[in-house]
Amino acid sequence: MSHHLPVLLVVIPLVAAPFAALVNRPRVSWAIALGSAWWAFLAAFALLRQVMADGPIHYALGDWAAPYGIEYVVDPANAWVLLIVGMIAAVVTPYALLSIEREVPDARIPLFYAAFILCMTGLLGIAITGDVFNVFVFLEISSLSAYALIALGRDRRALTASYQYLIMGSVGATFIVIGIGLLYVMTGTLNMADLAQILPELEPNRTIPVAFTFLTVGITLKLALFPLHLWLPNAYTYAPSVVTAFIASTATKVAVYLLLRFFFTIFGASFSFGEMQLDKVLMPLALVAILTMSIVAIYQDNVKRLLAYSSVAQIGYMVLGISLASALGLTAGILHLFNHALMKGALFMAMGCVMYRVGSVRIERMNGLARAMPWTMAAFVAGGLSIIGVPLTVGFISKWYLIQAALEQGLWPVAVVVLVGSLLAVVYVWKVVEVAYFRDLDADADIQEAPLSMLIATWALVLANFWFGIDASATTGVARRAAEVLLGVGS
Amino acid sequence: MIGLGLFNYWVVIFLMMVGFYTLIARGNLVKKIIGLNIFQTSVFILYITMGKIAGGTAPIFVQGEQEVVYSNPIPHVLILTAIVVGVATSALGLSLVVRINEAFGTIEEDEIEDTAL
Amino acid sequence: MSSGLLIALSVLLPVAGAFVVLALGKWPNAREAVTLITGGGTLWLVSGLLPYLREGARPRLDILEVVPGVQLAFEVEPLGLLFAFVASFLWIVTTIYAIGYMRGHEEENQTRFYFFFAIAIAGAIGVAFSANLFTLFAFYEVLTLCTFPLVTHHQTDEARRAGRVYLGVLLTTSIAFQLLAIIWTWQLAGTVEFTQGGILAGTASAGVLGAILVLFVFGVGKAAVMPFHRWLPAAMVAPTPVSALLHAVAVVKAGVFTILKVSVYVFGLDLLGALAATAWLAWAAAATIILGSLIAFTKDNLKARLAYSTISQLSYIVLGALLANRWGVIGGGMHIAMHAFGKITLFFAAGAILVAAHEKDISRMHGLGRTMPITFGAFFIGALSIIGLPPAGGSWSKWFLGMGTLEAGQVGLLAVLMVSSLLGLYYLLEVPVKAFFFKPPEDAHRPEGIHEAPTASLIAMIVTATATIGLFAYPDLAYELMSMVVPGGAP
Repeated sequence: MSHHLPVLLVVIPLVAAPFAALVNRPRVSWAIALGSAWWAFLAAFALLRQVMADGPIHYALGDWAAPYGIEYVVDPANAWVLLIVGMIAAVVTPYALLSIEREVPDARIPLFYAAFILCMTGLLGIAITGDVFNVFVFLEISSLSAYALIALGRDRRALTASYQYLIMGSVGATFIVIGIGLLYVMTGTLNMADLAQILPELEPNRTIPVAFTFLTVGITLKLALFPLHLWLPNAYTYAPSVVTAFIASTATKVAVYLLLRFFFTIFGASFSFGEMQLDKVLMPLALVAILTMSIVAIYQDNVKRLLAYSSVAQIGYMVLGISLASALGLTAGILHLFNHALMKGALFMAMGCVMYRVGSVRIERMNGLARAMPWTMAAFVAGGLSIIGVPLTVGFISKWYLIQAALEQGLWPVAVVVLVGSLLAVVYVWKVVEVAYFRDLDADADIQEAPLSMLIATWALVLANFWFGIDASATTGVARRAAEVLLGVGS
Repeated sequence: MIGLGLFNYWVVIFLMMVGFYTLIARGNLVKKIIGLNIFQTSVFILYITMGKIAGGTAPIFVQGEQEVVYSNPIPHVLILTAIVVGVATSALGLSLVVRINEAFGTIEEDEIEDTAL
Repeated sequence: MSSGLLIALSVLLPVAGAFVVLALGKWPNAREAVTLITGGGTLWLVSGLLPYLREGARPRLDILEVVPGVQLAFEVEPLGLLFAFVASFLWIVTTIYAIGYMRGHEEENQTRFYFFFAIAIAGAIGVAFSANLFTLFAFYEVLTLCTFPLVTHHQTDEARRAGRVYLGVLLTTSIAFQLLAIIWTWQLAGTVEFTQGGILAGTASAGVLGAILVLFVFGVGKAAVMPFHRWLPAAMVAPTPVSALLHAVAVVKAGVFTILKVSVYVFGLDLLGALAATAWLAWAAAATIILGSLIAFTKDNLKARLAYSTISQLSYIVLGALLANRWGVIGGGMHIAMHAFGKITLFFAAGAILVAAHEKDISRMHGLGRTMPITFGAFFIGALSIIGLPPAGGSWSKWFLGMGTLEAGQVGLLAVLMVSSLLGLYYLLEVPVKAFFFKPPEDAHRPEGIHEAPTASLIAMIVTATATIGLFAYPDLAYELMSMVVPGGAP
C-alpha cells in the first residue's frame, strides 16, 4: 500500500471525480470531494515525511521502467507542492459546503464537485510526475476543469473571464507542448531525469534554446507573471469564492513549481541562467510586477480583484527569488509558495464569507462590516498583516529570506523594491480595513456573522499564518532541502 | 532542396502563424476558437513530422527481417492525447460561447465589453 | 521562581489580563480591578528580576528558533529592566487615572480600550526584554499595531486620518528602513543577538556601517527623529490616558530604547564613536531638539504642545546614544525614566483640565489655577523635570547628558541642550504661570471654589508628581542600572 502511495495519491481522486458527478446528490458529491481532498492532504503529508527521511521516491507506472514508462518521482521540491495543494483543498472543501450552496445552482453542484476534484487531481499530477508529456496532460486536466469552475460564478462576466482564461491558458499549454516536442526531437526522451542527463551532452544547437523559450513563455503565462497576467484578475474576481480561494493558492503555485523543475532540474541552472541569461528577463519583470501590480491593487473597488492584483505582485516575489538563482533565493521563492498559499487562501476565504452574507465584495458594500461580522473581518486583517509581512506572520519569514538573498548578491535596490512592495500592501489592505472598521453600518442592513463551518476553515488558515510565522523551522527546512535538490547540491 | 526537405516544417510555421493571428486579431469568439484549433493543429503536424523517418514503416515488429526501418511511434501516440485535449478544449470553449451568447446576446468581443458595464 | 519563568510571566501576564478584561466587559468595576491587579502583578514580576542583575547575571529565556540562527528569545539586561520597570509601574498609575478619566469623560468602548492597553504593555515589556533584533522588531510591530485601535478610539473621521498618519509613518519607517537594517546586520554579522561590545565591528567598511546606522536611527520611527515625527502629534487624538502612557512612555520610549540598545549592543560604543555618520546623526537629533521646542511654542492646544515637547525630549536620548560615550548612554537611559515620570504628569494634568474644565487650549486656561490648584501644581512639578531644574528628577539625566557632550568635545551640542532647556522654561511654565496669575477670559464660565478632576485621576497625578521629586532625591536605582549597561569607572 505505502509503496503505491505516489500513484494512489493521484488515482483515487481521479476515480472519485466521476462518482461525484454521477451521484447527483449535492451533499454526497460534497462528501466525496471532502474525502478526496483529505486523502490528498494526508497522502501528500506522508510522502513529504518519507522523502525528507529517506530521500527521493521513484515509482514506475505499471512497472514499465523509466525512461520508457512513465515515472513518478517525489523529492522535497514536489512533495512540498503536493502538500500545498492537498492542504488547501482539505481546508477549502469543508468551507465549500455552504458557500457553494449559496453561489452555485443546486443542479450544478455535483458537477462542480466533480470539476473541483479533477482540478485538484490535475494539479497533483503535474507536481508528482517525472515525465514531461505527462505534465502537459495533467496541466490540461487541471486547466479545463478550472475553466469550468470559473464559469460557474454568479456574475455573467464569469463566462467571459473563463473564456479569456481558456484562450490564454490553451495558448500557454500549446507553447509548452511545442517546447516539449522540440526537446524530444533532440533527445529522444520525455523522462525528466533522462533529459537532465542528455541535454548538457548535446552539441550546441539552436533547437534547445528555442524549446527553452517556448517553455518559458508557456509556463510564465500559466503562472501569470507580469505582463502575461491579463487572464488572472477577471478569473479570480468572478469565479465562485471557493474556486478563487483554491485556484489562487494552488494553480499559480504549481506553475511556479513547473518553472523550477524545467529550469533547474531539466535544463540546469548553468544553462538557464548562464547561457540563456534568464535572470536578466525574470528579475526586471518580477520587480515591475511587484511595484505596478501593487499600485494597481490600491485602485480597485472590488476586493476580490484587489486581492487578485496583489496575487500578481506576490507571484513577482516568488519569481524574484527564483531569478536570484542562489540557494537562498530559491529557498525564499519556494518558501513563499507555501506562505502565499496560506495568506491568500485566508484572505479569499474571508471574502467568501462576506460574499455569503452580503452578496457582494465591492468595497462600498462593506461599510462598518467589522461590527456585523467581527470574526470574518478579523481574519481579513490577520491575513492582510501577513501580506504586509508583519513579524510573527509567514509573510515576514518570506521577506526575511528574500531580502537576505538580495543583499547576499549586493542587490540592495532589489531589497528596497521588496520593502516598498510591503508598504504598498499596507495601503491596499488598510483601504479595506478603514471601510470595515471606521464607517457606520448601513442602517437597513441585516447582516450576521458567517456560518461556523466557513469561519472555522478560514481561521484554520489564519492560525497557520501565525503558527508558521512563529515557528518557521519546519517550513524553512523543507524549502532549503528543496532548493538544494533543485540546484543539485546535496542529495 | 533544403527548403523542400523541410516542407512539413514550413507548413507547421504557416499554420501556427495563421492560427495565432486569428486568435489575437478576431473579435468573434467562435473565430477565436477556430484560430486556436488551427494553432493546435500546427503542433500536431509538428509532432507527426518528427516521428516520421524517411522510408520508415509502421512500427510492427517483422519476424526475421533485420534491415527494416521503423518510424518512431511515440510522437504519434502523444499527439493522439493532444488531439483529445484539443477536442475537449474546443468543446468547452464553444459551450462557453453558447452561454455567453445567452447572457450577453452577442459573441462579438467589443459588443460584450459595451454591455458588460 | 526561576528567572526564565519570571520573564515569560511578565510578558504573558498582561496578555492574560487583557483577555480576562475582555471577558469581564459587562462589569466595569471587576474589569478595572483586574487591570490593576495585573499591573501590580507585572510590576512584582519585573522587580523579581532585579536581584539576578545585581549578581551580574543576564537571565535568558529561549522560546524557539524561528528560522535557523534567529531565535525568538528574551534576555534581561539593565537597560531593558529599567524600561520595563517604568512601563509597568506607570501602567498601574495610568489605570487609576483612566478609571477617573474614562468614566468622567463618558468614553465608549471602554473594554476595548483596556484590552488593547494591556496588550500594548505586553508589547512594551517584550521590547524591553528582547534578546535580539528580531524579537525586538516583532514586539515593536506588535506595539505599533495594538496601539492603532487606541489612537483611533473615537472612530471619527479625524481619528481615521490620524490613524493613517500614525500607521503610515511607523510602518513605513520600520519596514522600509529598520527591517532592511536588521537583515543587513544579519547578513554582515551572521547574528542579530545583542552582545556587549557590539556585533558589527570589523564586518564592513565604515560607509556601509554608517548607512546601517542611518537606517536604524530613522527606521525607528517611534523615536520621532525629524522628519519622521508627524505620527506623534497625530496620535494625540487618542483619549488622554493613551497619550499619557503610550505616547509619553511606552511607545516612544520603546523607540529611543531601541536606539540605545542598537548603539550599545549592536554597534558598540567604540565603533559608534569611530563612524562619521554618528556625528551627522547627532546633529540631526540636535536639530530635532531645537525644532521640536520651537514648534511647541507655536501650539496653543496643550496636548499638541506636549507632543512636540516629547519629540524634542526624545532626541535628547537619541543624542545621548550617539555621543558614543559612557556619560551619554547613562544620561540617555536615565532620561527614559525621568522624562517618563515628568511627561506623564503633564499629560495627566492636561487630561484632568479637559475632564473638569473642558478646556483644550492654553489661551483659555488663564486663571484656571485657582479652580484646579492640585492639577496645575502637579503640572508645575512635571514641567520642572522636563526642563531639568531641581528639585525634579530630570535634572540628573540632563546633567549626565551635558557631561556626555563635554566628554565628546561637542560644546555646540551642549549649547543646543541649554537653549532647548531655556525654550522649555518658557513654553512649559507659561501654562501654570498664566493659570495661576492671569485673569480668566471674559466668556469663560468658571465654577466657584475648587473644582478638580475625579479623585482617581487626582491620586494618579499626585503619585507621579511625587515620584518626579522622589527621583531627584533617589536617582540611585536608575543610575545603578545604567552604569551596569556601560561598565567603567566610578562617577
